[in-house]
Amino acid sequence: MQGDSGFCEGLCIELSSDAAAIRCALEQVMASKPVLQLPQDLSARLQLVLAEVLNNVVEHAYVLNAGRIRVSVTVLPSGIECCVCDSGCPMPDGRPPAGALPDWSEGEPPEGGFGWFLIRQLTSGLHYRRQGMCNELRFRIDLN
Amino acid sequence: MEVSVQETADCLVVTVLEPRIDAASAIQFKETMRPLAGKGSGPVVLDLSRVGFLDSSGLGAVVAVMKLIGPNRKLELAGLTPNVDKVFRLTRMDSVFTIHTGIPHGQRNAG
Repeated sequence: MQGDSGFCEGLCIELSSDAAAIRCALEQVMASKPVLQLPQDLSARLQLVLAEVLNNVVEHAYVLNAGRIRVSVTVLPSGIECCVCDSGCPMPDGRPPAGALPDWSEGEPPEGGFGWFLIRQLTSGLHYRRQGMCNELRFRIDLN
Repeated sequence: MEVSVQETADCLVVTVLEPRIDAASAIQFKETMRPLAGKGSGPVVLDLSRVGFLDSSGLGAVVAVMKLIGPNRKLELAGLTPNVDKVFRLTRMDSVFTIHTGIPHGQRNAG
């Protein structure tokens, strides 16, 4: 993964691309001092969004080859700033999915397709870029 | 995945005894629930009062369990913690399930 000098201002975690490592990383984030001091609602949104973003990296970017993921979490007065980097496949069409709520008005409710909807609902300032061989996704989770 | 199962006169109460239903445990959750589909009668009430975290993989697994239990038998939910409740509400899946605020049957008499 490319070096990025300004990358780590807050809490930084590097993990491998599997579900058990994601669970472990989330527990580490939630147990960290700056996150423990946040209002419960804000830290709960952080955990859910990070879970969805990291699951997507494992299930899509690293669908062919496993790899490393870097997560940075910075607590600001107005909320939380996050950056997730991986060196897997780029996002389809070079941009993150719109995240529409799946429509099940005709038929049974779906078992998937909610991940990007939740990410879009719970974040602001979402920005994706492909840098060399890496994906970088930045977003904020606002206090209110 | 560890669950406790209580058969009452009118439903089957399944209490999930683990704190997370996420991408790491969604498949185990479905496999644990599969044999329970044929057990007891009436609705299956899934008690999630000990589950503090559920992501979209967990949500998908709950929907999958609803499908494998149905269509003639209902899956109902009970005891949603605030974080879990929020996932159901945000995704509008709260309209798909009957959601009980407490554990509706049987638990009171548990030994």
